[in-house]
Amino acid sequence: MSAVETAEPGERTAAPVVTPRITPLSAAQHGALLTWRSLLKIKRNPEEILGLTFMPLMFVALFVFVFGEAMMGDWQAYRDLITPGIIAQSVIFATIGTGVALNTDIEKGIFDRFRSLPVARSAPLIGAILGDLVRYLLTVIMVLLVAVAIGYRPEGGVIGVVAAIAVVMSFAFALCWLSAFMGLLLRTPMAVNIFGSVWMFPLTFGSSAFVPTDRMPGFMQTFAEVNPVTHVIDAMRELLAGEAVGDSLLWVLVWIVVISAVFFPLATRAYRRRT
Amino acid sequence: MTDAIRAEGLVKRFKGQTALGGVDLTARTGAVLGVLGPNGSGKTTTVRILSTLLQPDSGHATVGGYDVVREPHQVRRQIGLTGQYAAVDEDLSGTQNLVLIARLLGFSRPAARARSAELLDHFVLSFAADRPAKTYSGGMRRRLDLAASLVGRPSLLYLDEPTTGLDPHSRNELWDVVRSLVGEGVTVLLTTQYLEEADQLADDIAVLDRGKVISRGAPDELKARAGAQVLQVRPVESARLEQVARIVEAVTASEVRSGEGTANASVTDTAVMPEVVRRLDDEGIEVSELTLRRPSLDEVFLALTGHTAQTAPEGESNDDGASGAAETERTPA
Ligand SMILES: Nc1ncnc2c1ncn2[C@@H]1O[C@H](COP(=O)(O)OP(=O)(O)OP(=O)(O)O)[C@@H](O)[C@H]1O
Ligand SMILES: [Mg+2]
Repeated sequence: MSAVETAEPGERTAAPVVTPRITPLSAAQHGALLTWRSLLKIKRNPEEILGLTFMPLMFVALFVFVFGEAMMGDWQAYRDLITPGIIAQSVIFATIGTGVALNTDIEKGIFDRFRSLPVARSAPLIGAILGDLVRYLLTVIMVLLVAVAIGYRPEGGVIGVVAAIAVVMSFAFALCWLSAFMGLLLRTPMAVNIFGSVWMFPLTFGSSAFVPTDRMPGFMQTFAEVNPVTHVIDAMRELLAGEAVGDSLLWVLVWIVVISAVFFPLATRAYRRRT
Repeated sequence: MTDAIRAEGLVKRFKGQTALGGVDLTARTGAVLGVLGPNGSGKTTTVRILSTLLQPDSGHATVGGYDVVREPHQVRRQIGLTGQYAAVDEDLSGTQNLVLIARLLGFSRPAARARSAELLDHFVLSFAADRPAKTYSGGMRRRLDLAASLVGRPSLLYLDEPTTGLDPHSRNELWDVVRSLVGEGVTVLLTTQYLEEADQLADDIAVLDRGKVISRGAPDELKARAGAQVLQVRPVESARLEQVARIVEAVTASEVRSGEGTANASVTDTAVMPEVVRRLDDEGIEVSELTLRRPSLDEVFLALTGHTAQTAPEGESNDDGASGAAETERTPA
């Protein structure tokens, strides 16, 4: 049985080799390895591939061709209006996956396995979040590609597109801590999913994503105008259209700071408690 | 020789419910410590504390000389953990599961691949090496999980109910794995509800009941402590087992347990032997085995706790457990 040969009994127990706890370098390596793990899952899960490809396709196509003519009498104009909104909506919904995946890993004992190894404690969390940022980015790119395929041509050019992506990605990064917090707090993946959706539906539809806010009744308009998602979408619209950037970008930054300041500590504290 | 594990007075409460009420344990280096207990007795909680996953409310424990609370990193460098439920990543293949762990442990990429192939081969998983683990059977998952805990060649291995849910063949294979690991000098802490398993594998046994160690010692010492002997009769024709059981019951006047081709009954007076032989002879039953033996661990558990391992009553008051402990907690000679 050489295959499972182990250390000599005294080798590790008797000699008290004083090992450094965990160096920042190895912590970074652990984080990178666990990011790799998170990304491997994309290939393995048909539903993830479907979520990343078919959903953007369907969203863009349905909204543009079903509502386009009715809303603006011209589906091309509506396409240009809602593309930033669909990007933001898709990414925001994708953040729910972060909490669901964390919860699943904990429930299945995967994090216990990592924690029984000499691995930096934060590494599983960092790996999960970084892996999800890649997912968010893939989502953004997919929606953009679909929109471009049906004729969307952002005036802002490459710089405008990159800047708009940076805005929505930063916002998603802040929001993923909210999702992580829920994933660590709630008991089952199902609960995380439901709770997440409860937040995300009003945030995305109650925004300037699909309808200009001044066409909404008073209370809805008020909600939509303070809604951070409206600011994200407005900032993206300006950047994608190559227009002068207004207050919306400033508001997005404020919201990113506020959301992160609240949910990053809550999530990391919940992580330490749960794991 | 030092002890690989030394735990003193471990207490753990969950929302006011006491999971561990002061557990003391020692595992000798290179030996198998069997922690035997029914559902909810605190086996998993003990393992989680000793593998740094959970902090005790009070008490302390050292593993390989390192404190599990203050020096978790050093503890983790020595241990392998196979939890009660297989912690394999279902979306990853067998190879990917093992390579990931090897890489986290600091193996280079080629070394990680080699180690993973070696373990998959050893645990007869090579044929499914590149399939996602979600397509594995329960037994295959268990094997992959065990392989995962051996990647870093731990000197101390925790196995939390490793054979629950395995068929007899897989169970025997796992026992062989444990034995060969021990042969290589690995210390093993094994929890189980199967008394036979502890009897087969453990050098020392701690019997856990409702968060307390109620008895400890070598398997034979535990059996001696239960006192009474057991009469065991095996008929040549297994079809006549029922008939044998009736005779044994009539002669010994105690409850007969039949299983695996034998009838068993506790006896206090060995004079019943000739009577049993005579009655069997009268009815023309040939027996291949007629022995007085020490009680099995199952029977020991019954004697120690007043209830069998399988039917641990949930709602029973803890006072019974405490008085039971006082009676049976004797240091073996
Ligand atoms: N996370 C938890 N929260 C609340 N109670 C818990 C928790 N973990 C364990 N317990 C309780 O602690 C007691 C001991 O549980 P433990 O899992 O250690 O038992 P066990 O011996 O491993 O049982 P089994 O044979 O069923 O695996 C039980 O009463 C259980 O309900
Ligand atoms: Mg258990």
